[in-house]
Amino acid sequence: MGANLLVANASALIEGTLLTLALVCAALPLAGLLAVPLTIGLGSRSRLIRGAIHAYLVFFRGSPLIAQLFLIYYGAGQFRPTLESIGIWWVFRDAFPCAVLTFALNSAAYTTVLVRGAIDAVPKGQIEAARALGLPSGRITRHVVVPQAARLAFPGYGNEVVLMIKASALATVITLFDLMGTLRLIYSKTFDLTIFVWGALIYILLIGTFRTVAHLVEQRLFCWPKV
Amino acid sequence: MTDVLAMLSWGDGGWGRLLFQGVLVTLGVAAMALPIGLVGGLLLALGERSGRVTLRWFCRLWKTAFQAIPELLTLFVLYIGIAKAIAGLAKLGGVAQGWTPSPMVVGALALGLVFASFAAEVWRAALDGVGRGQSDGARSIGLSKVQALRLVILPQALQLALPGLGNLWVILLKDTALVSILAVPDLMRQINLAVASTREPFLFYLVACFIYIALTTASERLLRLATARQRSGWVAARTERG
Repeated sequence: MGANLLVANASALIEGTLLTLALVCAALPLAGLLAVPLTIGLGSRSRLIRGAIHAYLVFFRGSPLIAQLFLIYYGAGQFRPTLESIGIWWVFRDAFPCAVLTFALNSAAYTTVLVRGAIDAVPKGQIEAARALGLPSGRITRHVVVPQAARLAFPGYGNEVVLMIKASALATVITLFDLMGTLRLIYSKTFDLTIFVWGALIYILLIGTFRTVAHLVEQRLFCWPKV
Repeated sequence: MTDVLAMLSWGDGGWGRLLFQGVLVTLGVAAMALPIGLVGGLLLALGERSGRVTLRWFCRLWKTAFQAIPELLTLFVLYIGIAKAIAGLAKLGGVAQGWTPSPMVVGALALGLVFASFAAEVWRAALDGVGRGQSDGARSIGLSKVQALRLVILPQALQLALPGLGNLWVILLKDTALVSILAVPDLMRQINLAVASTREPFLFYLVACFIYIALTTASERLLRLATARQRSGWVAARTERG
């Protein structure tokens, strides 16, 4: 038991960890990409657009990720002919792209709320001052709002990444052998509980490493004084 | 459309009644996890302020671990671990037949522990927000440490902690869906059963999402109301006093 178990299953654990990282590293950029039009749309004048985005945010933030995962993975099967005819069935056919899509849709909702909050928190006086200096609105956004909002949003975004790493464990319920799935598989062969302890340590290590790096990046990028 | 209504109806052949029972189980799991999380989180926050270095480090380590480990993993370890421990004890005591723990109780315990690790953060900030003067003042009029905490610090800290704890409650409601994996007959489990029997995954998972959204939205509304009422009471008390 103990370390032997770890050594005996090292390659499986590494593969599982890599799949977990692949899920997170694929889902997060996609979520970021989705969050951009959503965030901009929240400031739109059209009530229809704002209403639709609000509905999206309520849906993905208000229901459990596991239900969303089942909805997209199993629910898509009912629309197979339609999805095939528009050529996107491959996304829903396999568990991996399906999990990535679900995680991205979910994370995009949280990211949108976070970024919108940060943008709204930039003091109005900053924008008024920039306007008084005669900056055009595009440059106000680029040079005044975005840098300050980025600093405000950064710590919250770090938490979002951590939550994504944890949530990726749910991929195991749609048959993926990520780290969590690998742990369950090893347990079902050995009935040795210590494998879960090792697995927990790997998750703690992943998240601890990320937190340290994020902290360093934050200090490096946002060292200018607060307004 | 009539098919859909029939499948969700209350009567024979409809899943309405079972889904409703599932909602009750979901709320039950959350209601059992809540006190564990609230008290556990407070104890962790108090432990982190303790004068003893070992206790401080233990609390910090415990908190960090439960925050970082996926809920699903905590759930499995606890369920299997407790079952094994009980079997071991039964063997020691010479009892032939072991007894398996209730997955509902273990699920609530696991979610409660996760809640506690995050609530510790909220409590810590709230206790800091109350300020040293309050506890110094309470001690100086002759209250014991425990009395000062119970009568002076906690009532004030609770007000500060309420919004943060409310957010955690909403997260907890959603996390209860995970106990369906231990075959607890909660809403998610009933939905899974309905899908297996009707082969209508899209409909039922969508219904599941909407029911959870109703629960979380209602909770958020109530919490906002409670916070607003409390704030107004808080302001009134302030102005009366000074």
